[in-house]
Amino acid sequence: MSAPVITVTRAAIGYEGRAVLRDVSLTVTAGEVVAVLGANGSGKSTLTRAVLGLVPLSSGSVALFDQPVRRFRQWHRIGYVPQRLGAGGGVPATVREVVAAGRLARRGILRPPGRADRRAVETALAAVDLADRTGDPVSTLSGGQQQRVLIARALAGEPELLILDEPTAGVDAASQEAFAGALQDFVADGGTVLLVAHELGPLRPLISRAVVVHAGGIAHDGPVPEPAGHHADPDHDHVHPHGPNEPAGLWSA
Amino acid sequence: MELFQYPYMQRALVGALVIGLAAPALGIYLVQRRLALIGDGVGHMALTGVGAGLLLNRSPVLVAVIVASLGAITVELVRARGRTSGDLALALLFYGGIAGGVMLVGLSDSTSTSLNSYLFGSLSTISPTDLTTIVVLGAAILVTMLALRPALFAICHDEEYARVSGLPVRALNLLLAVATAVTVTIAMRAVGVLLISALMVVPVAAAQQVTRGFRSTMTAAMTLGLFAAGSGVYVAANADTAPGASVVLMAIASFAVLALGGVAWRTLRRRRVAAAVPSTVEPHEVVLSRS
Repeated sequence: MSAPVITVTRAAIGYEGRAVLRDVSLTVTAGEVVAVLGANGSGKSTLTRAVLGLVPLSSGSVALFDQPVRRFRQWHRIGYVPQRLGAGGGVPATVREVVAAGRLARRGILRPPGRADRRAVETALAAVDLADRTGDPVSTLSGGQQQRVLIARALAGEPELLILDEPTAGVDAASQEAFAGALQDFVADGGTVLLVAHELGPLRPLISRAVVVHAGGIAHDGPVPEPAGHHADPDHDHVHPHGPNEPAGLWSA
Repeated sequence: MELFQYPYMQRALVGALVIGLAAPALGIYLVQRRLALIGDGVGHMALTGVGAGLLLNRSPVLVAVIVASLGAITVELVRARGRTSGDLALALLFYGGIAGGVMLVGLSDSTSTSLNSYLFGSLSTISPTDLTTIVVLGAAILVTMLALRPALFAICHDEEYARVSGLPVRALNLLLAVATAVTVTIAMRAVGVLLISALMVVPVAAAQQVTRGFRSTMTAAMTLGLFAAGSGVYVAANADTAPGASVVLMAIASFAVLALGGVAWRTLRRRRVAAAVPSTVEPHEVVLSRS
């Protein structure tokens, strides 16, 4: 059995006294592609944020590459793709500038970008099919293209583990295909993936294991469950509003 | 032009140019964070420092740097916690700052002219010591903001991602807070606490009317800041107007020109693109047959 990349042991998380996850345990080993599935508000995004140390645990523990997340320092081994581009950005930024931020984990804050950094940014942009948009402001891109910018940013850091939070929610078909292609290449090179979704679409063939979060615990851990009812219809268009699952801070960027 | 032969006018010009260059270099990060008005609040708190400095017979600018830094760090801690009640905490700090400043200045032996020179700026009374402080601190701000651009861009653009990149987010945020306080304090001599935010924000707002990226916006904003400072002092010297207000009005004028120019340019380009490329119509997703 290969080395554990993510180890969550009996984790419990609550926001302001309300328990979101009680007793969750999960292990992801190198080379796996694990999908975290569940309804809106089931806590699947919270689980990934806890894995990254962005949400404090009320009990239990999280380890990344065998190190407790609080003491974990090798962030260049991890690529994080958030649900959407933050509201931050009162100032325009080009696609290249946003993707280049993905190199900081590797480069540190003081060293100016070198040739290797520039090449990694180009490669990542090509992998998501955005090589022709590098100089455009990200705000002029469609939602799906912005999502691809975020995966390029994560790929630019040449990580071993990708953590993606609903990467295909509300994304057009062309972007979903480009996204699946980029992910496939990443997995073929030996990368590990933890991916939150509530529909898999073109990503489905890549998934090696599915974990279903339900009622604060893990309801299923194994092969991807078959969709039921009208969800199984190949033409089922899974569209419903995404609830705001995080309290928006007044001053948060 | 003869006016600029006098040393006090030369000091005014150099001081204004340094501030014109440094203020937008910092302000761009505040604008990106949508905290454009924070400089105003920090300026209010700096006034308490000025009052304390005058009362204790210490350099008002140095005491103001310390008080404003403490204030800016408090603001940053409130912001980082993201509480809604933070809004009111900031109001308390800002108005407490300006009220404390007015009271302390009143208690000291200074006249109301010295309060006015901090409220509205007083470029022509910059002493050689003041100028040294402005140049040294301004250069430090400029170097820090340029050297740390990728990291500061990352934390202002997407703070959570920056944290997952292993960046020292809290330290960088505190650095930005202290840099804001320092910039506000040196800019206070040029435009006064009531107009400080303008120098940090207006050149950035003007630049982004025509730029596409962060780096180009920063370069353009610094150029515009330099232009506004230089032309503002020139206008003030020749028309005998208040220098601080003249500098800010020049910056706003450049905003107006670039905003109009940007609209015109985009309209023109859209028309040219539309003429060059015949628009291809997306095929319908489904074709329904009427039965």
